[in-house]
Amino acid sequence: MAATATAPGAPTTRLGKQAYEIDDRLIVAGPLRRTLNKVFPDHWSFLLGEIALYSFLIALLSGTYLTFFFDPSLREVVYEGSYAPLRGVEMSAAYDSALNLSFDVRGGLFMRQVHHWSALLFVASIVIHLLRIFFTGAFRRPRETNWIIGVVMLVLALLMGVTGYTLPDDLLSGTGLRIISAIILSVPVIGTWAHWAVFGGEFVGELIIGRFYIAHVLIIPAILLALIAVHLLLLVKQKHTQFAGPGRTEHNVVGNRLFPTFAAKATGLLFIVFGVIAALGGLVQINPVWLWGPYNPAQVSSGSQPDWYVLFLDGSTRIFPAWDINLPGDYTIPALFWPTVVVAGAMFTVLALYPMIERKLSGDTASHHLLQRPRDVPVRTSLGMMGLTFYGVLMLSGGNDVFADKFDVSLNAMTWFGRLGVIVLPPLVYMLTYRICLGLQMHDREVLEHGIETGVIRRLPHGEFIEVHQPLGPVDEHGHGTLAYGGAPVPKKMNQVGGARRAIRGFFKPIEEPSQVELEQRAEGRGLAAGENRELSSSGRPSEGGRPQEPRD
Amino acid sequence: MTTHDTRPGSTGGADTAGPLHGGPDDDYTPEQLAAMPREDLDRLGARYDGVQILHVDPGPEPGSPMERRAIRQVGLTFTLAGLSALAFVVVYVGAGWFFPDWQWSVSGSDFSAFFTPLLGATMGLALALVGVGLVLFSKKLLPHETAVQDKHDGSHFDRVTTGATLVGGLHNSGLARRKLITRSLGFMGGGLGLMLLMPLGGLINNPNKGNPLGRTAWAEGVRLVRNDGSPIRPGDQEPGSLETVFPAVPGGNRQSDAATMLIRLRPEQREQEAPREGQGDFGYGDYVAFSKICTHAGCPVSLYEQETSRILCPCHQSQFDVTQGAKPVFGPATRSLPQLPITVDDEGFFVARGDYPEAVGPTYWNRERI
Repeated sequence: MAATATAPGAPTTRLGKQAYEIDDRLIVAGPLRRTLNKVFPDHWSFLLGEIALYSFLIALLSGTYLTFFFDPSLREVVYEGSYAPLRGVEMSAAYDSALNLSFDVRGGLFMRQVHHWSALLFVASIVIHLLRIFFTGAFRRPRETNWIIGVVMLVLALLMGVTGYTLPDDLLSGTGLRIISAIILSVPVIGTWAHWAVFGGEFVGELIIGRFYIAHVLIIPAILLALIAVHLLLLVKQKHTQFAGPGRTEHNVVGNRLFPTFAAKATGLLFIVFGVIAALGGLVQINPVWLWGPYNPAQVSSGSQPDWYVLFLDGSTRIFPAWDINLPGDYTIPALFWPTVVVAGAMFTVLALYPMIERKLSGDTASHHLLQRPRDVPVRTSLGMMGLTFYGVLMLSGGNDVFADKFDVSLNAMTWFGRLGVIVLPPLVYMLTYRICLGLQMHDREVLEHGIETGVIRRLPHGEFIEVHQPLGPVDEHGHGTLAYGGAPVPKKMNQVGGARRAIRGFFKPIEEPSQVELEQRAEGRGLAAGENRELSSSGRPSEGGRPQEPRD
Repeated sequence: MTTHDTRPGSTGGADTAGPLHGGPDDDYTPEQLAAMPREDLDRLGARYDGVQILHVDPGPEPGSPMERRAIRQVGLTFTLAGLSALAFVVVYVGAGWFFPDWQWSVSGSDFSAFFTPLLGATMGLALALVGVGLVLFSKKLLPHETAVQDKHDGSHFDRVTTGATLVGGLHNSGLARRKLITRSLGFMGGGLGLMLLMPLGGLINNPNKGNPLGRTAWAEGVRLVRNDGSPIRPGDQEPGSLETVFPAVPGGNRQSDAATMLIRLRPEQREQEAPREGQGDFGYGDYVAFSKICTHAGCPVSLYEQETSRILCPCHQSQFDVTQGAKPVFGPATRSLPQLPITVDDEGFFVARGDYPEAVGPTYWNRERI
């Protein structure tokens, strides 16, 4: 069908005509409109995953820049660069190029630190995002697949961190590599074979930096990018979850359309994340490799800790008892195997399978699109807190020498604290969290039944004092609220139900007309101005004199 | 679009599209759409996408003080972002030109210490202000709308029809009946998979050839030398001190398993000394030599506390007692540090009497068997 200039609705502007030309070839108007119209729910905690995505973008960009200068080789060279204290020292080409990147490339140190900070923030935001998903039950059917993809991406992010952190071949990372080598050796049966496959021979060999490099810049990022694409695709396909609230059901999404509101906010967040990482990269020094010196198998510095996300494994290794298992035939399962391979493997397996475990135990196989408040699912919340405590004790133990030093306590006492704490504290936290969840649930019900405490004390004619309660909705003949709990936050302060006027806008001088705002407030029924004709002489219960009653069970 | 298509095989524009099978173009003619205002078209499209705009809180009234203020704020933020970005350019380009040099040197200017922080501060501020400007813009100037989009469960119709197409294709292929094809396909897949995995075999080396994990560069008569290559005589060290020594072979001080600690015990330590069985004569006088490589995870054990005769590994805090044959006394390590048998040669310098009697470094599966 030929379009002519006189056809109704034909574009008249230059831009419109170009858009028509494009759509004539690609036929994208329909899908584009569906995308622009897509509704995203609005909650600050839904931005955590975005922060992870943006940090990854920065890591990708800054990392690409670093590859222009980095030489992933263990060839021995003599340093001749501009950092005087190390001049004339024998080192690997990898360390030499990392030093040159820091001292002889304009802005190279800035980019290196931006890369390191973005990696740290990447893992941190993944973990926080994961906790949000966990505690609100967003992983439940139909989103189990995306949960598993997320856990796999977390593991890949850790591998990214470990391989990247090893590359400069400084004393600290070389010590880390030595421990990685020992961990691979500790695997029963195949340990030495696996070590020979990874390192190409005995520690340290000449291949490992090159192999870690290609894993760090190509293999793992490629898998991560593919998984991110699937993760986002599934999110778009399944639509975002939302918290319970007015008008929100299992069958809709309430929020902003992608264009323009959500797009503007997301782009704003992207730039803020970029800005924060750039500021950190310039202002906060991280991993000053020139201070550690080149790797030397006979040297180590005390207080050597890995990046934060590996600290928990360092901690588990420190507190694990000296238990080699000697098998008949003079075979040994080294003690190192358990706190590293087994603990990490078990933690990530349980984490990945949690949606299936919960589905099995709770028998809840229905699809859910409304999120849960953590207090409403005390068992899951307590399990999560228990896991976090376990992780926290391990992490603390990863720095137990620093704690012992700074707080002047015995190092061995710190080790024993870790050994006992990792067993004793998680169940205690479980019980405590469970009680707190139940308490919060009870309080929600109490407010729904008896209303909000107004802080207004009335004296009744016979001399009794009562506190006036503001019911949240209609009440029955006993004065008890008839609203049921719907999984949404219950207002607990008068201000949350319009007890206060909103402030007149303007920082130095008002930019609104106060009398205009007053009228607006009255119209909306907000504030005391609106309540002047409201009778506050009873507890809000119409049936009796406002005498508070014992809650009946 | 043009109808003047004269290529061979073309119908010269006479080829018209067939009837459309449903879709909104049937519901609304171009004339109807042209008569609708933009807002209605927006909502109409949204309705086709299952979206309903429930409520729109319009932005501030055009020309109101509220709007003017918000515009000023957003404009100021973007301007500052641009200024900050230019400041980055000035610092980056100007260093070494109209600013002092950015490169660090012992006697260099203070500017080099501020170069990286200045880059970070200016770029960070520029990018963050762009973000703040966008957030201010969307919060203060854009209308706030509340939209609801329907969420559909899977469609039964889609499932049944897709299933029919899939099963139909499978049925036509006859794979369920033609067993030879399915079996040979499976066989081929397994073979090809194995074949493609095979090149990974290049990574496999035999770790048990020549016992590389159980041997070090130490051998009978190899001198104990310091990092700088100088040999050591008895009496060079104070009692209670520790020195890291290496085998006097080329590159001995860079080998990952050869580093050794030569310790001179104090007299009271010698009284408590209880060497491992069969290794009573491994020391020389008040000197003992132990592997520096931790038996736990291979870090160099470095911290010697001579008051308690303990050596601490800084990686995982294993502690070894040098008077007890370097037995582990605390922490995750399970085995003693291997002891190097030493003596002095004709010239009076320390030499090894042989290699370590056992593998140094971390434990592995078949360590006890070699």
